[in-house]
This record gives sequence, C-alpha cells and structure tokens, in this order.
Amino acid sequence: MARIQPTPDAAGPGTSGENGPSGPGRRKAVRYAVPVAVAGVAAATIGIGSALASSGDPDLPEIGAKELIAKVAASDARQLSGSVRITTDLGLPSLPSGMSFGGQGNQGGKGGASPQERLTELASGTHTLRVAADGPERQRVSIVERAAEYSVVRDGDQVWAYDSGSNSAYHAKAPEGHERHPGSGLESASPQELARRVLDAAGPTTDVSVDGTAKVAGRDAYRLTLKPKQGDTTVGAVRIAVDAKNGVPLKFTVDPKGGGKAVVDVAFTKVSFDKPAASSFSFTPPKGAKVTEAGEGRGKGHGQDFGKGVLPVVPPGTGAGGGERVIGTGWSSIAEFSGGGKGKLPAGTDDRGGKGAKGDRTSADSAALLDSFGSKVTGDFGSGRIVSTRLVNALLTDDGKVYVGAVTKDALLKAADSAAR
Amino acid sequence: MSQAEAAVRPPALRRLSLFRNETVTLFRRWRTLVLLGVLAAVPVLVGIAVKIETGGGGRGAGAHGGDGPAFVGQVTNNGLFLVFASLAATLPFFLPMAVGVVAGDSIAGEASAGTLRYLLVAPAGRTRLLLAKFTTTLVFCLAATLVVAVSALAVGALLFPLGEVTLISGTTVSLGEGLVRALAIAGVVAASLVGVAALGLFVSTLTGSGIAAMAATVGLLITVQILDQFPQLHAVQPYLFPHYWLSFADLLRDPVYGDQLWRNLALQGLYAAVFGSAAWARFTSRDVTA
Repeated sequence: MARIQPTPDAAGPGTSGENGPSGPGRRKAVRYAVPVAVAGVAAATIGIGSALASSGDPDLPEIGAKELIAKVAASDARQLSGSVRITTDLGLPSLPSGMSFGGQGNQGGKGGASPQERLTELASGTHTLRVAADGPERQRVSIVERAAEYSVVRDGDQVWAYDSGSNSAYHAKAPEGHERHPGSGLESASPQELARRVLDAAGPTTDVSVDGTAKVAGRDAYRLTLKPKQGDTTVGAVRIAVDAKNGVPLKFTVDPKGGGKAVVDVAFTKVSFDKPAASSFSFTPPKGAKVTEAGEGRGKGHGQDFGKGVLPVVPPGTGAGGGERVIGTGWSSIAEFSGGGKGKLPAGTDDRGGKGAKGDRTSADSAALLDSFGSKVTGDFGSGRIVSTRLVNALLTDDGKVYVGAVTKDALLKAADSAAR
Repeated sequence: MSQAEAAVRPPALRRLSLFRNETVTLFRRWRTLVLLGVLAAVPVLVGIAVKIETGGGGRGAGAHGGDGPAFVGQVTNNGLFLVFASLAATLPFFLPMAVGVVAGDSIAGEASAGTLRYLLVAPAGRTRLLLAKFTTTLVFCLAATLVVAVSALAVGALLFPLGEVTLISGTTVSLGEGLVRALAIAGVVAASLVGVAALGLFVSTLTGSGIAAMAATVGLLITVQILDQFPQLHAVQPYLFPHYWLSFADLLRDPVYGDQLWRNLALQGLYAAVFGSAAWARFTSRDVTA
C-alpha cells in the first residue's frame, strides 16, 4: 500500500533520519543500515581478497639453490601465454629519454614505431604486457595501453610491430637462424629473460639461496634470492620466483640496498603453458596503416646485442656505442663513456647513457637540469656532477666523461679518480 | 520488509505495467527525444569531421595518428571503427550526462511536478515505483548507447568502407565478428552507465526539485571525472565509477583482456547496490508532501 507518511517533523529534503527513538526514526535508521552494510561488505570482500592473495605460501619440497638454478636452465616451456605486470620505480620524477632498465637489447635502436623505442616507455610506472610464445619462432608481446595496444609479433623470420593508437606498423626481418630474439627487445622485459640474464651472469660475486616459497599468478613457486657479495653496489637483492613444476621464472624483482619498494618488479599476473591460438602470431598490416620498413643495417644489428649475459643492472660490457669501457666486475661494474665530445653518446643506450646524453644534448639547460638532478662533486678527476637514482648512480665529469653503474657514489668517485691517474 | 510488499500481489502482467507506463512516458517526452537526438548527432559530426580532414578517405590516417580520441585513426579505413570512436567520445561526458538528467529527474521531477503523490496513491508501493524508475533509467542507458552505436554504424557505412576488422592487437577478424564485438561493446558501455544511473536515482530521492537533482548528478559526474585525473589520488581511483569506463576497448584485444572489464562491471554493480539501496532507504522512509 502506498504510504504518505504523516510524520510532521521529518519534512524537507535532506533529512537523514535521526528522529530519536520513535518508531519511524528507528525504521529509518534500519533502512539506512542497508546501503551502509552493502558498502561494508564490499569493502571487507576487497580487503579479505587482497589479504588472501598475499598470504598462503605453498608447501613445497626443499630444494637447493644449485638444483633450482639447474631447473631454470633446463626449463623448456616453449609454449606459454599470459599477462605480465611491470613496475619500475627508479626514483626520478620524470625521466628524460632512453631510460630503460634491463633493456640492454635496445642499444642502437632508433626510429619511429620501432620496438626499441617502445621499450623506454616501460622504464617508469606500471605497465601491463601480454605475452604469448609458441616455440622460439613464434612470439608475441603487447603493451596494453588505454584503449590502444602496441604489439610485436614474430612469425618465423617476419617481425611486425603494430601500434593501434596511430595505426602504424613496423616491419623487419629477423636475422636468420637467430633463435631467441626476434629483434624486438621487448622480450627482455619478461621475467624469464631478466632471470636468465641475471643467472647467466651471477658468478662468484653473488650469494644465491632459496628463500622460501610463494604463489605467483596462481602457481606455486620457489623464491630464489641473489645477493651481491660486493659492498659497493646499490643492489640489495634480486629475487626470482621460479615455478615449482617447470622451472619457469614467474617473477623478478630488484630491491635497492637502501630499502623500500622494489626498483623493478616484473611478474606474471596470469600465465598458461598451453599452446596459444595460431592466429595470435599472424599479422597482416591493416588497410591504410602506415608501414615502416626496418632500415637494412638496423635490421641486422638488432639481434647482435642480445643475450650477452650481462647483469641487467650493470652496464653492458660490449655496447654498440664506441668509447665505452667497463671498470670492475660483477655487481660493482662501472661503465665509462668517454667517446669524448658532447652529444656523441649513443642515443638509445640504457638509462645511464640516456641521462648523460640528455645532459649533453640540451647543453643550454644542462647546467640547470643537472643541478636539479644531481650534486656537484670534485676529486682527482676534476669536477663533475653526480646524478643518483634509487639504483643507478652516474657521475658526469666536466670534461665530458660519464661513469655509471649500480654502485654507490663513493665507488663512482674512486673509479673516476683511478681512471684519471 | 515494507508494508508495500505485504500488499496484494498483482499478476505478473500488472506488475510490469507500472514499468511499461514509466518507459512509455519517458520515451514520449520531448526532452528524452532531444537528448537521444543530440547523442545521435555526435557520430555524424565525428564522421563528417574525419571525412573532411582526410580529404575523401584513403591513406593518410597515420599522419596525425596518436593524437585525438581513441580509434579515430582507423575510421577512414573501416567505418566500423566509427562505432568505437563515437562510443569512446561520448562515454566520458555525453552519455553519462544524458543518463544523469534522466535519473536525476526520475523521482525529483515527479515531486516538483506534484505528480509523485498521485503515483504513490496508486496501489503500487514505493519500492516497486523506485524499481520501475530505476529499470526505466537502465533502459534509457541501453537505448542511449544503442542510438550512438547505430547512428555511428550508419554514418560509418555511408562515408567509409566496411570490411575486415583489424583489432587493436593487430589480428584481423571478419566483419561479422567485428559487428558482434561492437554489439558486446555497446552492452558494456550501457552497463558502464549503471553507476551513474544509481547515483542519480539516489540524488533524485533527496530533493523535491527536478532541476536540482539533475544539476547535482551531472555536477557529481564532472567532479568524479576530475578526481579521476589526479595522479595523487591513485589510491582511491579504482573505486571511482568512471575509472574503468574505457575498458570497453579491451573487447577489441585478441584474446579479450578481461581484467578491467570485469572490474568495471563489478564496480558498476557495487554502485548500483549501494546507491540503489540508499535510494530505497531514503524514498521508503521519506515524507512526500508534493
């Protein structure tokens, strides 16, 4: 029945129901409890859900570090698909150009919609990647963007990249017989690739241990922890979660020595080891899309820089850019760029070089820029500026040399001093 | 439960009649027709603008790609993309504004016109009246979305070629599957408006002035949209109703990327539950003087 309530004191819009202990008042309060309860239940569900997701380490048989590494090396999951979330927090407010952690593969990469350029996007913030692989010849990586997607597809020797936002495509031919890397470089952002690089390079300078278990993307995993033995590196630890069943690295994080949030966190949020649909690997450029062909020389150049077995946090020992050498070993390696001359640094090198290049390129504002970034230092080498992030420090001397590494500032100064002598 | 529920339960047909009456009344109003007309005009404008801009279609879309609203770059090559582009263009503002007007007016409009008390005198019960109003608003959400989509499809087919659809992941599907995906997208977009509809209904029960309710709903919509832009507020943004609106584009990925889609639908359901029940609490316990 319709009720046109006669309560005289409840008139007027916005009255929220506290009428004292009288009948209608209580009824009102009870009614308002419904939306509050609904909101409360929702909040509790969200809270419990995230608590459940983060707890509950699985019980797995003990395994030694060596065995686990062997397991990673032996893992041959050739077919897989899933989503990867990448979070990078290098501690810079906004990055200039060429910041790309762990992307040694992007050396020498230039040009429009080319994959190498896109790698740099991954260097800050959180991104979602979708990956699919069916053997070494057929792979696909996409960066999920808001209402757009950037995909790299490899089928045999054909490599296509497609940017749906600008409807442009990029075409290259993968170097013949080159198994692992289809010349895109985006793969180097997957947990497997990062883990492989670190494990390949983890030598006597690293403490490797198995540190409990975890659940990643719904799968049971062992946690492999790599701690640098050298004291002058800024890397606190590298943690890799390895799938207990098939040895595929599912999660890769780099913790800075200074503590706090991981600098790099790459993890599968969803993973499946079934064969992906064949259609995932076929690409025909859509009508009207702008297609850029890879430059001849560049196409060949791609594959060469990959898989050099360098630590992803250490500057590459053998870069494409000239005038670069490495001081020190293992985790405390420092790269010295001395090609001399301003602005001659390879534009596409990774973070360290990128910053130096930026500083040099914009020489007019460079002083102001660097002052805001770094602090002035002096030593036997002369004077210069130190630019520091949460992981990587760089020393830019006034005579144009750049020293970078995942090492402390003191180690950088020492290296510069001894180089000057 | 309320006394209304205890009332004589009419047969299903009569129970629906209230909802049918409301829907017919809504779609007979000039204001509703004008709102739908404006929505139908958006794809026409977008289509003509793209057509003029590219000088009669063909290549050249890539030249200024990357800027502008989503999907506009592909429209010249496939008219179906006009559907996606138009929905992406109207979803942030036009569509929710129209829904906000209708939802805000639903109860408060009757109150300010003085017709609410007559509606309540009819043996229907407040809960059922509220449900009828809410369902009518949801029907309007779907109708508004379909008007945009159908108008865009018509304009797209007239001005641009139709053909195989390249999804944003780069894979190509047939036009038929493209149409199915477009329909699914229209459904998701309509569902994305449920949150605004529930919010508007709640606001509408708070006041006796239709204009005030509409203005408040649209104002809230704009405020929340602005809040969604501040990076400093990223902790609360996943709970703002427009946050996952653009996730409808995930239906154009291959395979479909469901994460955000589901989160969007769950969020809209949550808003519907919270503000729907708040509207119920307010409306069933409030005095109707007008």
